Amino acid sequence: MRRVVADYPLILCALLLSAYGVAMVYSAGQTDVPTVATHAWTAQIRWVILSIGLAYAVSRASVRFFEWASLPLYILTCLLLLGLLKFGGGAGDAASSKSWLVIAGHRLGQPAEVAKVAVILMLARELGARREAPRSLLELWKPAVVVGIPWLLIMLQPDLGSGMVFIGIFFAMLFWSGVPLPLLILIASPAVSLVLAFNTSLWGAWFLALLALVLWYRPYMWEGVTLMLANVFMGVLAPILWERLAPYQRHRLQVFLDPSIDPRNSGWHVIQSQVAIGSGGWIGKGFLGGTQKRLAFLPEQHTDFIFAVVGEELGLLGVTVALSLFLFLVLRAVRTASNANDSFGSLVAFGLAASWLVHVSVNVGMTLNLMPITGIPLPFFSYGGSFMLACWLSIGLMMRISSEGRGGRVGELAI
Amino acid sequence: MSFHPNELARRARVASWALVGMFVLLLSAFFKTQVVNYTKYSQQSETNRLREVPLPAPRGIIYDRNNQVIAENVPGYAVSILSPSADSLRAALNRLSAIIPISQEQIELSVRRFSRARNRPVAVFSDAPFDEVSVLEERRIDFPGLIIQSAPKRYYPDSSAVASIAGYVGEVTEAELTNPKYQGYKTGQSVGKGGLERQYETRLRGKEGVRFVEVDAMGRVVREAGARDEVAAEPAAPLYTNIDLPLQRFMAKIFADSLQGGAIAIDPKTGGVLALYSAPSYNPNRFVGGIPPELWKQLNSDPRKPLYNKVTQARYPPGSTWKLATAAVALQRGLVKLDDRMPVACTGGFQFGNRYFRCWEPKGHGNLTLAEAIEKSCDVYFYQLGLKVGLSELVAGGLKLGAGTKTSIDLPDEARPRFPYDDVVGYYNRKYGKNGWSQAVVLNLSIGQGENSQTIVSMARFYTALATDGSAARPEIVRDKPDRTQILQLAPEQLAGLRAALAGVITSGTAGSARIEGVVLAGKTGTAQNSEDPLHHHAWFVGYAPAGDPTIVVAVMLEFGGHGTRAARIASKIIQSYLHVEPTTLINTDG
Repeated sequence: MRRVVADYPLILCALLLSAYGVAMVYSAGQTDVPTVATHAWTAQIRWVILSIGLAYAVSRASVRFFEWASLPLYILTCLLLLGLLKFGGGAGDAASSKSWLVIAGHRLGQPAEVAKVAVILMLARELGARREAPRSLLELWKPAVVVGIPWLLIMLQPDLGSGMVFIGIFFAMLFWSGVPLPLLILIASPAVSLVLAFNTSLWGAWFLALLALVLWYRPYMWEGVTLMLANVFMGVLAPILWERLAPYQRHRLQVFLDPSIDPRNSGWHVIQSQVAIGSGGWIGKGFLGGTQKRLAFLPEQHTDFIFAVVGEELGLLGVTVALSLFLFLVLRAVRTASNANDSFGSLVAFGLAASWLVHVSVNVGMTLNLMPITGIPLPFFSYGGSFMLACWLSIGLMMRISSEGRGGRVGELAI
Repeated sequence: MSFHPNELARRARVASWALVGMFVLLLSAFFKTQVVNYTKYSQQSETNRLREVPLPAPRGIIYDRNNQVIAENVPGYAVSILSPSADSLRAALNRLSAIIPISQEQIELSVRRFSRARNRPVAVFSDAPFDEVSVLEERRIDFPGLIIQSAPKRYYPDSSAVASIAGYVGEVTEAELTNPKYQGYKTGQSVGKGGLERQYETRLRGKEGVRFVEVDAMGRVVREAGARDEVAAEPAAPLYTNIDLPLQRFMAKIFADSLQGGAIAIDPKTGGVLALYSAPSYNPNRFVGGIPPELWKQLNSDPRKPLYNKVTQARYPPGSTWKLATAAVALQRGLVKLDDRMPVACTGGFQFGNRYFRCWEPKGHGNLTLAEAIEKSCDVYFYQLGLKVGLSELVAGGLKLGAGTKTSIDLPDEARPRFPYDDVVGYYNRKYGKNGWSQAVVLNLSIGQGENSQTIVSMARFYTALATDGSAARPEIVRDKPDRTQILQLAPEQLAGLRAALAGVITSGTAGSARIEGVVLAGKTGTAQNSEDPLHHHAWFVGYAPAGDPTIVVAVMLEFGGHGTRAARIASKIIQSYLHVEPTTLINTDG
């Protein structure tokens, strides 16, 4: 067995993030009226220790092993997700969803977190086995299926947040495998059309820009026509879809656009989160001193909205430190990806980086109402065992890929 | 995939720049929220967690002239409740009503108050009895928004004896809150409702402080103190009055429960009100913290009108006490001298035109001088004197003496005395029609009947002029700036003669029973007919002592009290009490 050359900056960064996260989970539990979060930090510490152990174990296995294991792991994951739809259980606010693996009444974890890693491995295997990157829509069917099956199963739970992460991973890995950006934009364009359709002139501008892109990039004729038609279809479909949405679904979208229309109910989370962060100022109200958190104005303060606690208690300073650590982590992962000595490892590293990025940007963006509330956790911060395991599992993989990779080549900005 | 290192490096560059862009974007969003909009969010977070609990300011203490307390503040308990919504307030109050008595009206009132000021606690009891407070303290955990705090409570140690002066306080009403006069008042605050409490509300009020309690998202009080520095309440400065509390108490005692009417004692030199009492009185302490509705109803429906200040708000025909005014007007105009006699001697009545006007003494007084007529209160003499002066001169003179103006005593809602106005003919024409009256009205006016009704305080003011150099003092309860108006334009010897005649009333005249050994009391009785009860006259006495150098003017009015001598006896006792002269056996000479 080859000696592992550890990527110490990466480990240090992950350890700092975990320590920061545990501290914030502890603070989130310090409320005037005891909540479920009160003792969460002790469990979180146990999970961190367990996760670090797992990361070490993973880093001892070779990248080849993971390439070999990716298919069985992927199939297993898909079966688990399928079983979840029948036997899964909910928790907390999302009691009706089926994201938890429950065996004999014990909630063991959320398989979606592990599924993200499994999909990254499987997708890396699929894309890495090719000589050339897919250049047309038709060539993309295989990677689309790899992501599509678990995505569909997760969306049926339903777990919108994890679904978004899958899409992020999909596009990022296509990009890394060499799929040209114009093609990626064209693939994504119908979804953009769906959103923009509510403003005719905006949608018109988008359509013209897309047309220009098609003419410049010159995909196959049928591809171009199909995509443009898909955009038109989405544009027409959107208002019809809007009409057919249940009132509560429409309400949710409207609240995302303007939370103040329903400040006590659906708008409550995001308004209170913004108030918490905004009232933190430059240096915050002090560790444990957040009043929004302490007096239960801030919901989900130890899970989805933990970053609002950071903003409230440690201010812009604490936010900057946390975001810088995340930036370093992801840049480090990109560097690992570009230094990997085989395409599988490189794609895995980039996929993991994308997964972190989507988690961080969606979760943090949600606390400021830049993103809709989808219930996506913040890596290393949000309380939760399976997610912490998944995060450190990724670190373990990253360490292994990095130690097997080349030393020298560095992307310009990759640290 | 295309796995050429150059390709990878290019993509890594793109990805890295995208990452940095994302980082900058997020950070700038946080900068905007935490730095640019800091004030807005910080305020919002404070409004979220803090509720203002008012700290009532102690009202100014009211002292008498020797710094004895008329009105003070004692510790009490106020119970209020914080609530996130009207519905939860109603629910909490309904649950509370199972423990302590709260009526359904009170609950609805509280809900209305809540809608006025949603982030202030709603006052449930502004003065809760101790046993209720201890019950609530025990059950506090069940009522998370409940706030029990000590609050200064108004207390009048002499209770009903000082009600006529002090008035009372009560919670500001909804109607008052809409009145611009009460701008700045908040629901639940107490406000002066009568007497000095109302007259000097702005001086007595003090400045309300505020305490902050911390509530959680469910509206439960989490921290009672220390959430933010409190603003202490500023007590108001004390009010120093001219009242002589022992005299005030004596006055209240002498009126007891049976007598009905009012009395005032004034220092003629300064106008300082030494005592003022309206009988029957009420207990102002019962109003503090909300008067029970039954009691309120009872006080308002009592025919003896205890809430009505009979000294300043009630008007009575002055009767014979007014004869001094008639005499003064005649003397001023030089129409008569103190030893002048009238053409017709008193035989118990006087024929004027086709009407016969009686003297109160059916046996008649014979032929009297003015001084004697004052002593004996002879109506027949004054009928003729009135005719001599003439109606318009009599009215003009009376108005100069202040018969038609308020005294401006520092009590609220003083009534203006009723008296004909300058355009006498116009006044009577309007009142009785063009041919509905004759010159005979002057006869009634000259003996203090007819179109003349005075307040007790206005009569006392007139006599302060007689007691001094002819200038009337403005009666003032709170020590301020003495204010005098020269109303009598009499030569010193005329004034001396009038005063001698007034002293004669006591030594040998109608008020013979009111003599005080060693001190000469000067004054005039009055037995005034009134329309309400023709059988029982109002009994008046207005006088001063010592006659030589008066230090106290007393006016006493007993509603339906019979003869003025009864009032004179009470006045004499009041003066005895003030001058500390041992009372002697009173000789009861009717006359």
